[in-house]
Amino acid sequence: MARVKCVNEASLDETVLMFTALYDALIAPFVEFSFMRRALVGSFAIALGATPVGVFLMLRRMSLMGDAMAHAILPGAAIGYLFAGLSLGAMTVGGIVAGLVVALAAGFVARATALREDASLASFYLISLAAGVAIVSMRGSNVDVMHVLFGTVLALDNAALALLCTFTTISLVTFAIIFRPLVLECADPQFLKSVSKLSAMTHFGFLGLVVLNLVAGFHALGTLMAVGIMLLPAAASRFWTDGLGEMLVMSVGIATLSSVAGLLVSYHVAVPSGPAIILAAGVIYLFSLVIGPHGGLVRSLLPQPHYRA
Amino acid sequence: MITRRSILSLPIASAVVAFAPLPAIADEPVKVVATFSILADLAERVGGEHVEVTALVGPGSDPHVYRPTPADAQTLASADILIENGLTFEGWLERLEEASGFSGKVVVASTGIETIEGGHDDHDDDHDDHDDHDDHDHGEKDMKAKKADDHDHDHDHGDGHGHDHDDEHDGHDHGEKEMKAEKASDHDHDHDHDHDHGSEKAKEASTEDDHDHDHDHDHGHDDDKEHGDDHDDHDHAGHDGHDHGDEDPHAWHNPLKMRTYVANMADAFVEAVPAHGDEIRANAAALDAELVALDAEIKAMFADLPADHRTVVTTHDAFGYFADAYDLTFLAPQGLSTETQPSASEVAEIVRELRELGHAALFVENSTDPRLIQSIADETDLTIGGTLYPEALSDADGPAATYIQLMRHNATQIAEALKD
Repeated sequence: MARVKCVNEASLDETVLMFTALYDALIAPFVEFSFMRRALVGSFAIALGATPVGVFLMLRRMSLMGDAMAHAILPGAAIGYLFAGLSLGAMTVGGIVAGLVVALAAGFVARATALREDASLASFYLISLAAGVAIVSMRGSNVDVMHVLFGTVLALDNAALALLCTFTTISLVTFAIIFRPLVLECADPQFLKSVSKLSAMTHFGFLGLVVLNLVAGFHALGTLMAVGIMLLPAAASRFWTDGLGEMLVMSVGIATLSSVAGLLVSYHVAVPSGPAIILAAGVIYLFSLVIGPHGGLVRSLLPQPHYRA
Repeated sequence: MITRRSILSLPIASAVVAFAPLPAIADEPVKVVATFSILADLAERVGGEHVEVTALVGPGSDPHVYRPTPADAQTLASADILIENGLTFEGWLERLEEASGFSGKVVVASTGIETIEGGHDDHDDDHDDHDDHDDHDHGEKDMKAKKADDHDHDHDHGDGHGHDHDDEHDGHDHGEKEMKAEKASDHDHDHDHDHDHGSEKAKEASTEDDHDHDHDHDHGHDDDKEHGDDHDDHDHAGHDGHDHGDEDPHAWHNPLKMRTYVANMADAFVEAVPAHGDEIRANAAALDAELVALDAEIKAMFADLPADHRTVVTTHDAFGYFADAYDLTFLAPQGLSTETQPSASEVAEIVRELRELGHAALFVENSTDPRLIQSIADETDLTIGGTLYPEALSDADGPAATYIQLMRHNATQIAEALKD
């Protein structure tokens, strides 16, 4: 009996040690440092708001549009920066205005003319980008504006956090309103057009959401990283399920997991936090790509069972 | 485009070559391009009315991430002298130089100074750590070390001219040098030592070198400093471990280092305008005296601060030389260049250190993003002391319109904040 007890105590100690190590590795950083907590809240907000947008971008085969829109936003934010310095408000408004103008113009051209959406979007975002760079240069400031625009998730202040959470809320509410027409638009845009006048509204509402979430993302992660957190979890979730609802939940989960993992890696291994988060999402994507049950590499290469009668 | 531009610049370039001595005779100012505002200010002081100085990166701009414009290429193409800081500070310069077809004289202002290593301020720890390193990659390290060799030789070169300030400079370097600086100079001895004893690879390194008169002067240098061999073992350890690509380029934060910059500029200007050599030498001597006085003034500011009131936090590691010269500790979440992004671990380390210390002066910089420092301030309940000017002058009516003002402003701000 005594012997057994002894063994139990030893294993208890080990368990305690293990939990302490786990606590130190996973939880202590967030307890000790408020900037880590802010970073976590900020990236959760982005995960919740941006990832569903990413899922619909993917389903509508507009994934690359996220990247184009990110470029369209930059000049607006840069102009905001030039006129008002490093003001959250000015950069946000500038970014949203530039993004919406490009999105609306591209959408309008796609709907009203022979040019397709991808070409018209590419045209407008390039015009926007060029105009932005030109304006920045003409103002003669050599502070690298694009560089300033690379926000870091480690430097989120209260105002930036409030902004992120507001945007996420707006984004989720809008989603709830346009969800059904949006799904229809994904599946069969012609049908939606024929039965409802909501088609255009849905489309532009969705583009607005893309812009909103990218602007939120660039405050926290920097513009390009914001596109990453929008699209990578969506693409990863596609390998696990066919259902839209599951895909949405799953991608938000993946984005959240990536945020935590990325921040912890950044904390323990000294990798810049923005890239760390996106790389974590990238790892999950690659993992899903290989072993995902829905069209993953392994599943596709294995011999498939024949359909039963 | 490129073809057309290079064709266009050809006549200009050849004109510069052909008539290079002419402006001196005609008493026209020599056209000097300095890479950023601090160098431009010094060059103006040294050259006076005999130079016309343009700064590529003007006041208030970040020279790390600067993007040159066609106008810059044009400015450079018609210039007689280009002054750069060197030490890989102006990463964008090489391509601009090539593209512009610049064919004048390049002055690397930092030539001859003893550099310090960049990265984090715990130099001493680094040295200790690296004692453990193997010597197996000896030759490769010699390659890296060649930069340091260059400095040495050019330094001696300056001595050969025998100007007053050069001698003074030399005396200073051996006399009132701080511990850390001494270590830095010991590195140099060490390279020389390796060099002279001539492992095959070291020789290769020197032949690959652009500055072909490297070798002789190293010898001269070694002769100068008899204590070179004393520290050999220790130096070796330090030298082998650390990457000299991480040399801190922000040398202007030590006014005494600027005496070398000034001497280098003066040499170049005198060569370009020999007729006014005396005047330029006089300007340089006056500025040199000002720099010495400035150093003394700043030393006095920090003289009686207690040891636990000597920690300063800035956005990036720009103030290594300042810390070194005035015995302060600078912490920064970003590395030597503003181009890097901070990691959570770096920020956490700083926060932890500050909490332990309970006292520090936090500063934002005039040309970089203040948000991260703000976040550290929130975390540690410390207040932000003000704005420092790490690598760009302010506008003419700002608090740091000249180099001397910039140093005085930074020093005063830091000293004030540390006193509280």
